[in-house]
Order: sequence, then C-alpha cells, then structure tokens
Amino acid sequence: MQVKIPSPLFSYTKNANVVEGQGRTLLEVLDHLNSQFPGIKFRMVDEHNQIRPHMKVFVNTNEIRDLGTQINELDKIMIVAALSGG
Amino acid sequence: MSKSNQILVGTRKGAFLLSGDESRKNWKVSEPLYLGHIIHHWVKDPKSDTMIIGAKTGHLGPTVFRSTDNGKTWKESSKPPAFKQPESSDNLQAPDGPKPKSVDSVFWLTPGRIGQEGLWYAGTTPAGLFVSDDDGDTWQSVDGFNENPMYAAWTEGGGTPGGQILHSILLDPKDHNKMYFGISIGGIFESLDNGAKWTPLNKGVEIVFSPVEDPEWGHDPHCVAQSQINPNILYHQNHCGIYRIERPGDTWTRIGDNMPKEIGDIGFPIVIHPRDPNCIWVFPMDGTEVWPRTSPGGKPAVYNSVDGGKSWNRQDKGMPESNAYFTVKRQAMDCDSHEDVGIYFGTSQGEVWASIDNGSTWNCIVKHLPEIYSIKVG
Repeated sequence: MQVKIPSPLFSYTKNANVVEGQGRTLLEVLDHLNSQFPGIKFRMVDEHNQIRPHMKVFVNTNEIRDLGTQINELDKIMIVAALSGG
Repeated sequence: MSKSNQILVGTRKGAFLLSGDESRKNWKVSEPLYLGHIIHHWVKDPKSDTMIIGAKTGHLGPTVFRSTDNGKTWKESSKPPAFKQPESSDNLQAPDGPKPKSVDSVFWLTPGRIGQEGLWYAGTTPAGLFVSDDDGDTWQSVDGFNENPMYAAWTEGGGTPGGQILHSILLDPKDHNKMYFGISIGGIFESLDNGAKWTPLNKGVEIVFSPVEDPEWGHDPHCVAQSQINPNILYHQNHCGIYRIERPGDTWTRIGDNMPKEIGDIGFPIVIHPRDPNCIWVFPMDGTEVWPRTSPGGKPAVYNSVDGGKSWNRQDKGMPESNAYFTVKRQAMDCDSHEDVGIYFGTSQGEVWASIDNGSTWNCIVKHLPEIYSIKVG
C-alpha cells in the first residue's frame, strides 16, 4: 500500500514522500516502515504505541489514532505533521 | 569543563558550534546542525570525541543524535530513552485509560566519570533517568528512580510550563556510587548506590508554592552544580533562592539572602569555578509578581561570589546599561578551565556573551541565533 510521508520525516526516507507499506494493522504498517527506515516510528509514536500529539495518521480520508485498526492492501495512508506555531 | 575553545550551542531551532581562536576573542559560528530541531542539550564527553545531542521538533518525538568523531559525522541513537511498558499493557492503550508516562524530550545529558568510557546519563521530561553504556547508542531506564515505588509521590507536584524536567545529573567524581539530580518540580535527590535507591535532599530549601510546611520533596531546583575539586560542596539555584550545602551535612543554606535586595536571588543557571569551590556565578532574573524572568530593571548582570556566597559582586562591564531584558535558561551558562576562566552565557534573544577574565568584562561574541537553550564548553 501507499504511505505518504511528511517532510519532517524525509531524513529517514531519503527524501521520498511516498513509500511502500505492508501490514494488516496500522501498527504493523508502522513497524514495517521502521524496519525500512530505522528510528522513524518513535518520532511518530511513543513507547506505548500512542500516536504523538502533533502527528496525524489518515487511512484514506479518516483520521485514525487506534493502531489496531485493520488495513487493506488498497488503502492509502497519509502521515501528517500538524502545523505548529513559532 | 574544558580548556577547549569550542562552545556547543543548543537552540530552539538547531545546534551551532562556536570555534574560538587561542585568545578566545575571535569566534566563528558554524552552519546550523539539525536546523529546525529543538536542541535542549548538546554535550561533549571531555574524555573522548563523543558528542551527544538531545533533540525533538514541534511535531516529532524525542531522539538522540550522537557523534564519535568530535562532530564530523552524526548518527541517530538506535534506541533513544523511553520508559518501560506497564506490565499489564497489551501494547495498545485504551484511548480513555490511564496514560503511562512517555518521554517527551531528552532534556539533560551527562557523560560518565573518568574511567567510565562510553557511559552517559540522560534526564527527560516528564522526569525520567536513563543510562547508556555504549556512548549513547542504546539507552535503558534507571529503574531505581523511574520504577521507584515513590516515583508518583515525588513527581506529583507537576511540572514547569515546559513540562516536568529531570536535570542536573551530577556524578560524584570521587565516589562512584554517589549521584545527584534535580527535578522541576520535585526537588533534589541523592543516590549512594549508583542509582539503585534515591532519597530527597531538600532540607532547608524554601518552598512558597506548597501548602505543606517544610516538605521533604516537591521543591523546584532550577539548576544544581557540584564542585569537581571538592565534590562535597554543591550549590543550587532554586525557584526560591540560591543555596549551598557541604556534605555530609544535610541542610541547604540560603546564600542568596546575601544578594542585594533590589536584585534578589531568583534565576536559572549556576556555575562553579573549575578549581575554586567557593567561586560561583549566577545570572539573576526578575522573579517578582508574574515572574518576567528577565534581567532586573532591564540591566543585565552576572553576580559572582568568591567566598561561597557570603558576599556577591556585580559583573556587568560590557553589558547593556539599560533596556536589555535578557533571559538565560538553566543549561545556558558554562565556564571553561583556562587559568583566566572563560564564562559564557546564551540568551533567549540568541546572543552569546563571553568573559575571559573571570567575569570582570563581557563581550557579545555572537548575535542573531535562535532562542538559546544550552551552552556547553566542549
């Protein structure tokens, strides 16, 4: 499946803004991303698998915060770093 | 403390290296490192070429960047500081369930003692203590504090506007089992067994924001420092004044009472002379009413004591005489170990000020950096 990456994480993906993801749940997709790009998951998700406050993950057009959410191969995942001031 | 003429500057928007010539009068600023990252602390191990940076951004979680070649190349830690999972956790927390603690920022870094190559400690927000024995590549929880049965009580006082901070990790250079740290808000704690057990060390410290009279913990030490020549002598700049203790005594003395009344004894950093345990520097700030935390009266000055805080001398030659509202954060002041000690501080306005004559005269050596969070000679 397609996973869209925000610019604050480009240092991990070598500037790729779209990468290939795999997994049956959102947690598995993020773990798979981390296996390709070591360290990327902890910048998005804390040690208790909670999505960090200023990060958003959309599956198709729905914002998802439950990493147990089932994912289909045809889903499109978009990771967003919310805008922050200053 | 180091004789090196390098100053490692951590800012709200990246890290900058200042390189000085032999005279320490001419300084060059590097290109930014990790531009856009919030750099709470950038510290070099004086025993090696290892440097470690605690970083995060407004969006992304915390991490640690490390260099083992004096900053030529950098890598990210493969296992940054993180709290343990609760034993009952199924790895996916219920959205409305109790929130286990997670590291928000790596706020403080301390390299190991002489003979402890590769050892580092990190302090985090919320209050957490972590250790690495591989030069910062992987970090483990110091369970003696993080999993201590008293943890919730010691940290229940909440945090600063930036969150609850564990800072000022001090390793006794002579007694390898003795350590200290401070928590804002929580107090100063001491371990006599290399971090396995901790006890509060706050007797004598005023606390104006607690309904409990003379509590054992819950204080707000802003910055704690330990003499490297006489490790029994410690000082700290607290939310409620400046204090000194000489161990094995267990009671702090408020040496800030000897500061001029119109200046007060509120501030954040405190620095000890590398060879004289009675010589210290502080940077007073306005702690009245709503706590502006800027130079009192708009007239910035360092205050120095050479008698352990019995008396204080104002040191402002070269600084603006008026309309200058400096803020200097707790990690943003340090000194080198030259014979004429160099003292350096960074302001929230992005300026670095230096004195190379024990504080007698000051020069602004860099302007226009982002808000400065930390200054370390390295």
